[in-house]
Amino acid sequence: MELSILTLCYLVGSVTFIIGLKMLSNPSSARNGNLLAAAGMTIAIIGTIFLYEEDGKKLGNYPWIFGGILIGGIIGTLAAKKVKMTAMPEMVSMFNGMGGACAALISAVEFDHIYQANKTLDFGNMADFIPAGHYLTIIAGAIIGSVSFAGSMIAWGKLSGKIKDMSFSGQHIVNLLVLLLVLVAGVFTYQYNVGFSHILFYTTVALALLYGVFFVMPIGGADMPVVISLLNSFTGVAAACGGFLYNNKVMLTGGILVGAAGTLLTILMCKAMNRSLKNVLIGSFGGSTASGGGAKKDQGAYKEITLSDTAVIMSYAHKVMIVPGYGLAVAQAQHACHELEKLLESKGVEVKYAIHPVAGRMPGHMNVLLAEADVSYDKLLEMEQANDEFATTDVVLVLGANDVVNPAAKTDTASPIYGMPILDVELAKNVIVNKRSMKPGYAGIENDLFFQPKTSMLFGDAKKVLQDLIGEIKNI
Amino acid sequence: MEAILAWIADNQQMIYIVILMIFVGIEVIGHVPSVLHTPLMSGANAIHGVVIIGAIIVMGKAEPHNYVALILGFLAVVVGTLNVVGGFVVTDRMLEMFKGKKKSSK
Repeated sequence: MELSILTLCYLVGSVTFIIGLKMLSNPSSARNGNLLAAAGMTIAIIGTIFLYEEDGKKLGNYPWIFGGILIGGIIGTLAAKKVKMTAMPEMVSMFNGMGGACAALISAVEFDHIYQANKTLDFGNMADFIPAGHYLTIIAGAIIGSVSFAGSMIAWGKLSGKIKDMSFSGQHIVNLLVLLLVLVAGVFTYQYNVGFSHILFYTTVALALLYGVFFVMPIGGADMPVVISLLNSFTGVAAACGGFLYNNKVMLTGGILVGAAGTLLTILMCKAMNRSLKNVLIGSFGGSTASGGGAKKDQGAYKEITLSDTAVIMSYAHKVMIVPGYGLAVAQAQHACHELEKLLESKGVEVKYAIHPVAGRMPGHMNVLLAEADVSYDKLLEMEQANDEFATTDVVLVLGANDVVNPAAKTDTASPIYGMPILDVELAKNVIVNKRSMKPGYAGIENDLFFQPKTSMLFGDAKKVLQDLIGEIKNI
Repeated sequence: MEAILAWIADNQQMIYIVILMIFVGIEVIGHVPSVLHTPLMSGANAIHGVVIIGAIIVMGKAEPHNYVALILGFLAVVVGTLNVVGGFVVTDRMLEMFKGKKKSSK
């Protein structure tokens, strides 16, 4: 009876995951979809704790289980509530890493279990008493989980600026070698004398961790969202390995669902940047390739503009288009931005926002930020709409965006971002670019836009500049 | 070869689930607007936190004096819970803003 109830719990869990994911892909139902999936998860977890039994034995160690859930729950809630909107991408990466670590730890415990039970027979290989399928799910969970954990931690470090991009020549070959070593160690664990199997197992895990680091290290920060999404689907597969291990259908459904959806999402994200996944993973941005992209060209001079001139130009314009980028997110300038929009509107200026699909550090990042500042939905234009309207725009204000407005993506075939769709801001009458300095953007390439005659630079922190600008406009 | 065939036969139900879920996963998010990429990734991230169930099973099965299993299992429960709880809360926070936006546009 109790086991049938547990089966029902798992069934409910699986269905809520599918429906939740479906609802998450539609703006109007997304929030409820998330809550539905969370409810399903709660049912599945509580069901497991109280109803699960194996060979007629219930689970024990309740203090440990509840202690762990309590600690994880409190830290998780606090971290998720306290994190700034700008740091969201890092947070997702961090939680993803935790999932990977969880899968790897489960495999480690299961392996230890087998090892402890069989180590006294120190003749013979593990292959002699453990079925290959069973071992495969354990080692696959350990390897994929470890890669996902290490990779996510590096991605987290890169996004929060703690780790710089690093690559050396021939890294792809080294990466392949490490991956090969992981697989070899994995096979040896199974085929070699069981007395050494635990050493080999931990070697496999260590190599997998190393591979995770090497895998993400050379990939530029601008591509991190794609990498996180990919690691997300890895963790999904690692969770599914656990499903095989315990013949547990809700783990299998949830894991594979995320594995498949995550992979598709990764591809969709790449498409939004008009790049192939292979290009993202192998054509490491920022490193040696970037210098090919016109960085050495003589750029000529750029022109600066004062705050008061900006204020005048903007308040006498008919239509102003704001192009937000990561700089806006870093400076937390979304509220100031909304204030500027309201002020200009009160002077009869039409204000709109042009949102590049990959502006900021994650697709949809800008939408989330501007929504936080109560900017109304119909003011946000997607790239295609915005590109139709630039020709009739008087002033474009670029706030901390760089690569998404770089004309090199259209004209310079040598540029690493060549082929990425961009916002055609140079069609507008005036372009004012707010940046902290002339330093190149995240992709590490120069931007010709800044040197065009109709472009003026307004240096400074986005939030401070906007506040000063609001003051100036009020004084006119 | 025989071992593989036997494994497939033993796990056929599971293998069916895998294949069907791959299609469901792709179908379900096929038409997501790019605005929702980030929340969707975060939501999917929370869902794979279902791996916590494995951690609970491992923890619950551990013998009281097997400290390796107890400690590793405990860590697994902690990090698994972090994934689940943190994942859902972060996603909710992101989506909360989408809701606020709707109200203000009225």
